[in-house]
Amino acid sequence: MYRKDGEEYFIVDAHIALWDARPENQRNIHGKQFIDCFYDYHRNLSPASELWPYEDYLYYGGDRLMKDLFEDGYVDHAIFQPAHLGEFYRRGFGQTEEAWELTRKHPDRLTYNHCYDPRNGEAGLDQLRADAERFGLQGVKLYTAEWHGESRGYKLTDHWSYRYLELCRELGIRNIHVHKGPTIRPLDRDAFDVADVDHVASDFTDLNFIVEHCGLPRLEDFCWIATQEPNVHAGLAVAMPFIHTRPRYFAQIIGELHYWLGEDRILFSSDYALWTPRWLVERFVDFQIPDDMTEYAPLTTVQKKKILGLNAASLYGLTVPAAGQQPLAVA
Amino acid sequence: MITAAEVWTALASVVDPELDEPLTDLGFVRSVDVTGADVEVHLRLPTSFCSPNFAYLMASDAHDAVSAIPGAGRVTVELDDHHDSDLINRGLAAGAGYRGTFGHEAEDSLDELRATFRRKAHTAAMERAITALSPTGGVYELTLADLPASAATTEALLRRRKALGLSLDPGAPVLTNEDGSRPAPGEADMRLRRARSVRISVEGNAHFCRGLLATRYPDVSHGRRALLPLEVLS
Repeated sequence: MYRKDGEEYFIVDAHIALWDARPENQRNIHGKQFIDCFYDYHRNLSPASELWPYEDYLYYGGDRLMKDLFEDGYVDHAIFQPAHLGEFYRRGFGQTEEAWELTRKHPDRLTYNHCYDPRNGEAGLDQLRADAERFGLQGVKLYTAEWHGESRGYKLTDHWSYRYLELCRELGIRNIHVHKGPTIRPLDRDAFDVADVDHVASDFTDLNFIVEHCGLPRLEDFCWIATQEPNVHAGLAVAMPFIHTRPRYFAQIIGELHYWLGEDRILFSSDYALWTPRWLVERFVDFQIPDDMTEYAPLTTVQKKKILGLNAASLYGLTVPAAGQQPLAVA
Repeated sequence: MITAAEVWTALASVVDPELDEPLTDLGFVRSVDVTGADVEVHLRLPTSFCSPNFAYLMASDAHDAVSAIPGAGRVTVELDDHHDSDLINRGLAAGAGYRGTFGHEAEDSLDELRATFRRKAHTAAMERAITALSPTGGVYELTLADLPASAATTEALLRRRKALGLSLDPGAPVLTNEDGSRPAPGEADMRLRRARSVRISVEGNAHFCRGLLATRYPDVSHGRRALLPLEVLS
């Protein structure tokens, strides 16, 4: 719990990773380009005091993750959202076994979401069944711009994607996190294009679709579909660090999301280890919409509590200590 | 004989479609070399993962713009440090076109992409022009004649309208939908509000790309205009 000015904030970091991008795990030049691109984001958007050396960034391991999140970072619960990237990394980018081991050791602290790729067809459906049982999956992370053989991406509306979403529904996997934002090679299968989320959100109203990176750089397209689909949520991964380098831009992002989605469908995350949560939590609690941005209402403490943890806690059924809960009614 | 200055001027006419700003202002032009009538231009982008369709579009537009300079000889445009640099540079050298360059990956032509971002650029310019005016009455009734003639926001809007083939008549309504039609009176405020989201998104992206470029290339003053440190832009 983070405490400030007599308030207690229950913190859920809804998008973290345990990756290995060391040269021995890089399959080809794209593996190096991918982590270098991450590192550029890290260097570009972090305060100087929070910068990591490149070597640490390639691989940091479970002990450091636990310290950065739970000892130093005020986080109460964190959710793994792994990316496989098998075309770039020999043993994958997200380290499944290591993350799962850590989750089993700290079940009160960590939730493990796994990933699937509908281009794996029938065999992948069997694998998803096995993974759902093994990890007790409540959610999955999908990376629609991921390479797969000759394919450079897929859409959630593809036939096989529907088969996988139907299986998610059957297996009780309710939270579908979709990467829609910057980084990996998009081409025609535009990594930012959220139109496919619109369709599947209408067809699977019992699933939640959390759009990671809230569609940046196409925030406006995302906001528009989210106003029409009540089961679409905004994940703040990558948007959060703008609070430091571009506080006014951050105010606009939060202001737009709040205006179009309301306060119950916005989820905090550090996108660890792209950034570390400590400074993001501190800054966000202190943050306020600038006075001259009169088009946006100021953020209240209750809204900040929801964004920092209560919204994600509700999606994942996490138990929130009494002190961190929002007052039931404010007279 | 042509001069480097002519080449820079030609390149200034090429815009990043998403950011709606000239490549020269964004610092995307790494170098210009003129030997007699032959020109070699090197471009660079904020990340090696910048969308290849945008990268191709800017590189081929740059090639076209420089080739159109009277007296230009052999024109070489190369994109540096991109994950598809080799593919794009080969395609440009061979005049292969977008489909010829990317083969099966290029499902659509670039025309649609270009049209989408022309519409977004217009929407953002429309919002800026209206917001700058801070109209006291309804936005639905505003016409081009209501906008201050010499304001930069008005000029930018007129340029964008012209690019889309929208009317430049003083009596034409300022507020339009994406497709150029006029919204119903009751929908005017919502249309302006959505246009604001578009403008905010475009501006934020431009800041973000500038920041990434400066991180990737610390010598980024190669551009016509030196880039400001991040803190100054925010």
